This record gives sequence, structure tokens and C-alpha cells, in this order.
Amino acid sequence: MIKTLRQRRIRDRIMESLLVISTVAVLAPLLIIIFYVIINGISALNMELFTQELGSPSRAMQGRPTGLIHTILGTLVVDSLALIMAVPIGLGAGIMLSEYPEHKLNPVLRVMNDTLNGMPAVLKGLLAFVLIVKPMGTFSGIAGGVALAFVMIPIIARTTESALMGIPWSIREAGLAIGLPRWRVVISTVLPTAKIGLVTGTLIAFARAAGEAAPLLFTSFGNNYLPNHWTGFIFGPVDTLPQRLYSLAISPYSEWHSMGWAAAIILLGFVIFSYMLTRWITRNKFQNE
Amino acid sequence: MLTNHTPGENFKVLVGSPSDGRKARMETRNLTVKYGDTIGVEDVSIPIYENKVTALIGPSGCGKTTFLRSLNRMHDLTRAAKVSGEVLLDGKNIYDQDINPVIIRRQVGMVFQKPTPFPTMSIFDNVVAGLKLVGIRDKSLLEEVCEKALRQAALFNEVKDRLNTPGGTLSGGQQQRLSIARALAVEPEVLLMDEPTSSLDPQSTSHIEELIHSLKEHVTIVIITHNMQQAARVSDLTAFFYVGKLVELGSTDQVFTNPKEKRTEDYITGRFG
Repeated sequence: MIKTLRQRRIRDRIMESLLVISTVAVLAPLLIIIFYVIINGISALNMELFTQELGSPSRAMQGRPTGLIHTILGTLVVDSLALIMAVPIGLGAGIMLSEYPEHKLNPVLRVMNDTLNGMPAVLKGLLAFVLIVKPMGTFSGIAGGVALAFVMIPIIARTTESALMGIPWSIREAGLAIGLPRWRVVISTVLPTAKIGLVTGTLIAFARAAGEAAPLLFTSFGNNYLPNHWTGFIFGPVDTLPQRLYSLAISPYSEWHSMGWAAAIILLGFVIFSYMLTRWITRNKFQNE
Repeated sequence: MLTNHTPGENFKVLVGSPSDGRKARMETRNLTVKYGDTIGVEDVSIPIYENKVTALIGPSGCGKTTFLRSLNRMHDLTRAAKVSGEVLLDGKNIYDQDINPVIIRRQVGMVFQKPTPFPTMSIFDNVVAGLKLVGIRDKSLLEEVCEKALRQAALFNEVKDRLNTPGGTLSGGQQQRLSIARALAVEPEVLLMDEPTSSLDPQSTSHIEELIHSLKEHVTIVIITHNMQQAARVSDLTAFFYVGKLVELGSTDQVFTNPKEKRTEDYITGRFG
């Protein structure tokens, strides 16, 4: 059957508009969230947020200085601890998945990694509670870091695997053919070639974990005050942005509600900044090559 | 595709007399490589003479590459590949339990069909990768090796002023010569070349062919080629493979002018393949 030009044009239009609708459907929730958070939070943004600790609710109600500096610092500490733990483990697992397909443990690792990835984040918090909080006898930044590491590890493993699989097999064979041991081929030729993909994957995992509140509720727990000593960020209860956002939102004080919106802006900015950093590093690398 | 086709003729292995009394550097004995149930090469026994160029010819899919890759244990990473029979290097089977494949690959180097520079490394680092990455740090030694290898691969004059630029910035032909220089830098005793000139222009091809001539002095070479003229130009011995089996091995002159097997003659004269 031969279609007329007119029929084909109409068909083309229909397909195109379906694609546009999908694109809008993807972008709309993001734009609505950003718009809504900014509208509600912009008036609550001030310098005190970045210099003062929260304290008791009376501070906010009586107009005394109150802010989220302990939350911002706590988030940086907990997320960094998680990253330090998750990167070597996730990277190692990803290398195993991609480079040693013949290894006995490979299929086991693949199934367990996918299961861990699909497991609800709150269960990962529970695991960190049992492993760290119970033995230590206190909520702590390190427990929060471990919980978030459980979120990051399967993501890093998967993104590492796909980044390495993207490197042509011929690079590995070329390395082997000049008498390099297999581990050396991976470290010195495959990993550097996949660097952009590895950095991107790690930042995606980081941004994802940075937005999680559930695993932190009974690990880092939350704290209204700055610790007396910096070690308190690691070994004592610590405030983090997603969990503080939750606490402020369910509190009975309207002043704290508006601070919650401000916390949402900061968290959103933090996550968007991570993604932009990813894009920047990626673009920068491509230009060098 | 290969398994179902078993040629009816009597495939005879004819080892000619082109060895000039030289000894066999390598030798395969009843070498069979299978991918699962598919046969790659079957029961191939040939000597590879020292300081000679042995050309492997035959239609696509006849097992040339499979055979070549078994000579430096490149099949180790292909899970499905099963190698049986023996591959001797200086009389020792390289598939023995106590043999470290890494050591074998230092002695038996390989150049691939497509250029494979390491993308993140400079030209210099690419050439000396086989030395630098196993811990040789002596700068002047590395520079010396790099220049020698690049000169052998007829690339030195084109890149001597930009040794620190990435290997990926070179043209395709230059990248292939870079890959050859990298293989030569570790000074292998045997060099396996899988259609090394198939992606090159005529000028680069003639560079490589000259290189093969001069390398013969101290290296044993096995080369796969689809170009009959090239096989005739560069090799001392020619082995003709067909559907996974060796049909004929003899001196290149004999194989090209007076083949003993009908199939060899048909292939060389372009009647099939």
C-alpha cells in the first residue's frame, strides 16, 4: 500500500507530538517541585541559616537567631563518610562484574547487588542500626554514613560495570599481548579509559544517597545543636538535610515549617550542584581529548 | 557454520624443506580449539621456524585467527574456548599447568587487525607501556627503547616532535604502526600479526612489509593476510587453512607456484574464498 505524502506527514506529526508529550511528562514533576520549593522557601532564606544552629523551637518563635549550619555540616560529614566507604567497595564490585565474568562468584554478586539496589532504603538504615548503633550504644554520623553507603554501593557497582563494559575488549587484549598481568591491564588501561563514566556513576550514587531521609532516621538520628567537638559529627547524633527537612515539616511550629522550605531549597541546591559538577567534569574531560 | 562442513578430500600436511636447517621455534601438535560445540581449528600440527615469516592464508572463518590466538594463550579470557593438543615454545608446552601465560605473552607478542592505542596514554607511554607498567622506571632506558621501537615501526620521524601527545590523535595508519612499536618494545621472540595492514593505505602497508623483512633477523613472525600478493612478498612459508583444518604447508614459492593440493590452487587463483 502506498501512502500519500499527506498521510505520511500526519503520521510523522502524531509520532512527534507523542515524543513531546513524553518529554513534558518527564520534565513537569521536576519543574513543579523546583518552582514550588522556591516559591515557598525563598522568603525563609537568610544568612542566619548558614551561620546559626537550630536550637529549641522557642528560638524561632521568639525571633532569636536560629539556622541550619549544623545540618549543612552534618550532611557534608555523613555523605563524605558514606562516599569514602562506598567508592572502593562499589568500584571493586563493578570491576568484578565487568572484568571477571568467568569467576565463580560473579553471578552471585550480580544477584545480590541487584537485590541490594532494590531493597527499600529504610531497611538499609535498619541494618546499619543493628551493625553500628546497637554495638556503639549511640546514634552517630558514622552509622548514618554506613546506611548511606549501603544505598550507594549497588549503584556505584552497576554504573562502574556499565562504564567498563563500554571500553572495547581490544584494549584489554592489547594490554595482555604485551605481557601485562590482568590486574595491571584493568588498573592502568581500562580504568583510566573509563574515568568519565566512573566519576559520573559515583556522583549519581552520591546525589541519590544525599536525598535519602529514611536510612538516617535511626542511624544519624538528628540533632538540634552543633557538637561541642568536631568528633561529635562522627561519633554522636548528627543532623542531615533530608531528615531535618522531615522533622521541620512535621513539627507543630509555623516558623519551623518555613525553615523546612528553606532546608528543601538547600538540599535541592546541593543535589543539583552535584549533578552540575558531574556534567562539568565530563565536559571538561571531553575537551581535553 | 564450520562444524557441519567436513571436506571429503584427504587433507595432507606437507611440511616443505624451506627451514634451511633452522629449528622450529614453536610447534603445534594436534591443536584443536573449540567454542562450545563449534570447532575453530581441528588437529593442526605445524612447525614455526625460527627467524622465518610464516603466512597463514585461507577464506574468512577458516580458523586462522583462532589458530594464531592459541599461540600466545589469548583464548584464556574467552570462557567458551577450549584448547586441546599442544603448543610448544622452545620445546615446552605453553598450556602446561606450571606455565604463567603472562610470561608467554612477553615472549610471543601480538599485533591486532585494528589499531589499539591505549586512549589515555601519550605516544611515548603507549610504546613503553609493556616496560613501564611492570616497574621499569629508568627514564633514559625507556627513551632509548621508545626511539628504537618507533624507528623499527617506521613511525619515529613522523612523531618525534610530539611524543607527549595522546596516541589517539594519530591517523589510523600511524596508530597501527604505534601498536606495532608497542609490541616490539618488549622485544618478543615471536611476533603474531593478525592482518596488520588491512586498515592501512598502500604506503603504510609497504612500511610494514619492509619492517617484517628487517625484523626477521631476530624475530620469528606469523602473519595472517587476505592479500595473496602480500603473503607472496613477505613470507618464507605459507600455510593454507580451510574450514578449521590445515590443508597445506610449504615454502611460499612452492605453495604459490606449485601447490600440492587442488583446494590451495583454487583458493590462490581466486576460484573460491
